[in-house]
Amino acid sequence: MESQVTKPGSATNNLLVDGHSTRRAFKDKAAEIGVTVGGTMVFVALLLIFFYLLYVIKPIFDGASIEPVTEIALQHSDSPTLMVGSDEQNEVLYRVSKQGTVDFYSAITGQLISTVQPALPDGVSVTSSAQSAPSEQRFALGLSNGEVKAYGIEFTLTYPNNQRLITPRVRNLLGDTPLVINPKGGIFDLVFGYSADKMSFAYQTESGQWYLNRQVGEENMMTEEIQWHAAQVAINDAPEQVNQALLTPDHRQLMLMAKNKIFIYDIRYADEVELLQVLDVKEAQSKVVNVELLAGASSILVSYDNGYISQYFQVNSDKGRLYQKIRDFPDVAPVSVMTTEFYRKSFATLSASGELTLLYSTSERNLLDQKFDIANATTMSFSPRSNGLIVDAGNKLHLFAVDNSHPEVSWSALWEKVWYEGYPEPQYVWQSTSGSDDFEAKLSLMPLAFGTMKAAFYAMLFAIPLAISGAIYTAYFMTPKVRNIVKPTIEIMEALPTVILGFLAGLWLAPLIEDHLPGIVMLLIMLPLSILLTAFAWHCMPAKWKQRLPETYQELMLVPVILFVGWFAFTMSPVVEMALFDGNTRQFITNDLGITFDQRNALVVGIAMGFAVIPTIFSIAEDAIFSVPRHLSNGSLALGATNWQTLTRVVLLTASPGIFSAIMMGTGRAVGETMIVLMATGNTAIMEWSVFEGMRTLAANIAVEMPESAIGSSHYRVLFLAAFVLFVFTFFFNTIAEVVRQRLRDRYSSL
Amino acid sequence: MGKWFKSGSPWIWMTGGAVSISLIAVLGLLLLIAWRGLSYFWPADIYQWQLENNRGEKSTLIGEIYDREQVPTERLISAGHTFNQHPGEFVERYLVKTGNREFVGLDFRWILATDIVSRSTPAGIAKFERTKNGNFYGYPVAVINDGKRIALTDDNIETALTAQIERAVDLSSQALSLQKSDIGSINYSLERLRLKARKFELDGKLTAQAKADFDQQAKQLNDEYLLLENALFDLRDQAARDSVVIRDMRGQEVTLNLNSILDVTYVNHLSLLAKIGHWFSGLGHFVNDDPREANTEGGVFPAIFGTVFMVMLMAVIVTPFGVIAAIYLHEYAKKGPITKMIRIAVINLAGVPSIVYGVFGLGFFVYMLGGSIDQLFYPEALPAPTFGSPGVIWSALTLAILTLPVVIVSTEEGLSRIPSAVRQGSLALGATKAETLWRIVIPMASPAIMTGLILAVARAAGEVAPLMLVGVVKLAPTLPIDMNFPFVHLERKFMHLGFHIYDVGFQSPNVEAARPLVYATSFLLVSVIVALNLTAISVRNHLREKFRSLEH
Repeated sequence: MESQVTKPGSATNNLLVDGHSTRRAFKDKAAEIGVTVGGTMVFVALLLIFFYLLYVIKPIFDGASIEPVTEIALQHSDSPTLMVGSDEQNEVLYRVSKQGTVDFYSAITGQLISTVQPALPDGVSVTSSAQSAPSEQRFALGLSNGEVKAYGIEFTLTYPNNQRLITPRVRNLLGDTPLVINPKGGIFDLVFGYSADKMSFAYQTESGQWYLNRQVGEENMMTEEIQWHAAQVAINDAPEQVNQALLTPDHRQLMLMAKNKIFIYDIRYADEVELLQVLDVKEAQSKVVNVELLAGASSILVSYDNGYISQYFQVNSDKGRLYQKIRDFPDVAPVSVMTTEFYRKSFATLSASGELTLLYSTSERNLLDQKFDIANATTMSFSPRSNGLIVDAGNKLHLFAVDNSHPEVSWSALWEKVWYEGYPEPQYVWQSTSGSDDFEAKLSLMPLAFGTMKAAFYAMLFAIPLAISGAIYTAYFMTPKVRNIVKPTIEIMEALPTVILGFLAGLWLAPLIEDHLPGIVMLLIMLPLSILLTAFAWHCMPAKWKQRLPETYQELMLVPVILFVGWFAFTMSPVVEMALFDGNTRQFITNDLGITFDQRNALVVGIAMGFAVIPTIFSIAEDAIFSVPRHLSNGSLALGATNWQTLTRVVLLTASPGIFSAIMMGTGRAVGETMIVLMATGNTAIMEWSVFEGMRTLAANIAVEMPESAIGSSHYRVLFLAAFVLFVFTFFFNTIAEVVRQRLRDRYSSL
Repeated sequence: MGKWFKSGSPWIWMTGGAVSISLIAVLGLLLLIAWRGLSYFWPADIYQWQLENNRGEKSTLIGEIYDREQVPTERLISAGHTFNQHPGEFVERYLVKTGNREFVGLDFRWILATDIVSRSTPAGIAKFERTKNGNFYGYPVAVINDGKRIALTDDNIETALTAQIERAVDLSSQALSLQKSDIGSINYSLERLRLKARKFELDGKLTAQAKADFDQQAKQLNDEYLLLENALFDLRDQAARDSVVIRDMRGQEVTLNLNSILDVTYVNHLSLLAKIGHWFSGLGHFVNDDPREANTEGGVFPAIFGTVFMVMLMAVIVTPFGVIAAIYLHEYAKKGPITKMIRIAVINLAGVPSIVYGVFGLGFFVYMLGGSIDQLFYPEALPAPTFGSPGVIWSALTLAILTLPVVIVSTEEGLSRIPSAVRQGSLALGATKAETLWRIVIPMASPAIMTGLILAVARAAGEVAPLMLVGVVKLAPTLPIDMNFPFVHLERKFMHLGFHIYDVGFQSPNVEAARPLVYATSFLLVSVIVALNLTAISVRNHLREKFRSLEH
């Protein structure tokens, strides 16, 4: 017995002992600090999500940066420079002179590695030289005896003793047999295109006549030797005084620039070369400096001496595919040299005074504008990985390090219509990946945001009437006993995994709706009618019968009616279909009405997602209506208002902020829902409001594309941006809903 | 009539109608899933049809009725079908599961009621469940037992066929367990040895002595492996000893090796009681077995295991944080802007779309945190990621943030229901605030914490979208827990019931065949989640009652 007395007392004793007391006070304080820190962790978690998303997104809006790395003095500077470039690692730089001399320099030591001279026959000089598209790293020489030579610059990587060694070499593309294309004399203004089985050369003779020479190779099956068949045509309608000539690497077009006009020839077939278009590129008061092909060779960039650049590409029109001005880049420093990247649509311009501008065509971004000590530059080129820029200026090769990771993303590319190459007009397009290599990612978030809105709209269209009127009835008219069962039953819906709703919507509901379209329409009309009819029948029923049935169980009385109507509509559906649409509604919609019909469409999504948000809206709205103080409605009833009048004029008015907040919460949920949309739509990024077509939402897009996007790429970051947009969107909705609800709670407590 | 409209009574009926529709929808949905899911295990009758099409070609078809529908005759005619006699406005059409995939091309076939000459349910037809190519239907004719052909009669089915199948299944499962546990553990040890050697190399400690040591160990393991491999091949050969000869619907005799057969049932033979028994054993196999044939057959055990394991891991993480946050908000926080902000943060955490958590989890947990862990602790495995790729621990962490608000809200509600008199009494007796909390408040609020936890678990079990990014896979070769040190592998990917539904329903090559399995999986998931929610609701109601009585 003694222990029973002392044990509970021990705590009290401890309180009196000083040492214990401080320890307890310490523990108390420690607990307080620990709990406070733990509590604020929630806030920290939200901030962490917010800032982490921002941290990943930020680089896509950063501009580019360019840093000078090294300068190398040129060894042979007797002849002007034709082209410069580097290997993939930016370790070996090269410079090709117009005479065809290739010098390789080490970017690390600045030393000349090797020099390669073209092997020319005796007494023959180089009369013209040409370079290929930047990504090919090739050049050709036209000789005074009518011969052409073509070379490719190649780098081989070896690892002797586990050390990387880059060996540059110049490959003779035409072999040892001389290729003479103009037996009568020299070759001037040469341009060329080279691929494994096809070569095109366009040149001018001394007398000013333009020729196109096409060599088509055919592999001999037996000897595996390539035999070349030549074709040569004169271009008689060529302009005089050609300033610049260009040949697309796909051997399809030849462009001759003369006096602000570009003459574009179709050279696909060497025997029918024809003038495709004369493109007038004159801009007021300014002179054309340079014409370049953008990566992919679909666009022409024209630069002017006053610092204006315009982009042209082919657009389908009534008269065929014609070049058209697409966009311009004003306010660039006066252009003296321009170069394009190997694979992306970036390009750089350089003014005579050394002002370097980095631009990206489709996103219309001016990524960098900086002055460097490279006045009077002659040639400039990007490195293969676009992380370096090589400039030949003042008898020196300058190497710059370029950091330009996400030029293709800009506000206008994400949210505005963009005119992409090959498209007939500016459009919102989301197409992040494709099978081909020279594909340009189209990252407009508009179709996705639109899809999100569309899905949420149809879901709310379905959910709001059902959920709100259900909440009104449950809160205001239902007996407590029934309410106690009904409310949790509907709320349990909220716990249903959306993957199951999505699965049912995609594999059960979508085919069902497709097969019973007339039934669905009938159901929409017949349901309210049948409820009204039941109500009227009830109204007309003799009072004697009514007394036997308790009116408070209306909702239960309606259940069999609704079930019957549902069954009836679906049974009658084929009959109606037969009578009105020849037994195939779907065909009727597609063929006779001309409306596209997808099996997994907005209707299915609306119903399935409506289902998912009904419990959210129902639960909050019901709470709001139920907690309207009883004395308000009692007062109204006492003053002679009917039940319905009291409801609409007093109760709903008081509870309206709560209902509003319920709808906001529901919208927030519908906007972010992933699995249902993923499974119940075709996930095509289209912008159509049609109820019979699908959509692609932000959330579903993330779920589909995130696992396959490369970490750190523009695509990865844009997907993070999509998540951030969703985050901000729902944050907005939820915060409004919560603030409104807090206010309402305060108002109720004051009533 | 006008007066009646004015009274508002029709509108009240309309709102009542909305409640009815919602109720019908909820209950209808649950019943639909339950019916479709549970009927999957019921052994359906196998029919034999004699068919004759409009060109007079006769054929026999054996299979189960899978679906039936009424098709307008017009539609069939416009699709190019011709009838000898006009069959009326509608024609009934059956979808028949014919099985025998490797012989007939399509294992599902539509037949028109007009083509059917006769239908019967012969008792001699058996359904064979196989490890690949789906079911096989036909008349078993004979068993080839160790090279001897034994004709099957009604009397010797039990001894000759069933017993031999059991023997083969037994041997196959022995082989499988040998492969999975013993050989798997040797492979695991070899891999660990390789990583250890690589770590030595990275640290510069790989001397000739150590290298020889590692080679020695590897050799020893390889020797063991060879021994086990021989045993495995031996078991497989034994299992493949016997075969069965079956006459299929084309009338040809087909020989099937018993090592590919799991079970045989003479469905049309079964009594009602036996069918019920079959139903239960089907349910048992579904819960206990591994999936087969790209998840479209077999059970869902790894998915159940993965879901439960991930959810438990998540519960361990989320409970302390949620409870502490709730205690802070209710017991410590003073009214002010910071508290208000925290409350808005809680509401927003609950409202942020789950896919955003997935994106955050992938970027922050997997790539940043996991990537750093790999750099620091697992440099020997790089560039292959250990923690730097999606895994069960990251899934649990992501879902822990996702379900944090659920625990907070529920715990706070429990705390607010505890009468303040109880706290004041404790404080008046000289206890500190921390002691009051620890001894009085938290024990009293524990059912509320429990409720929150159950709701959080229910939410996490059904969530799929974020998991697709942070750790769920279609087919995980190993479970996150096994007999290899360190036994619990938090970095492994796992399977999940919800993702299983998405994957099998939408990504599998044979959606038609897989659909019943998806319904069954859905039913399993729904029943678990609904049960969890109902438990939470009842715990909460019980708690409310208890405190209500305390207040008076």
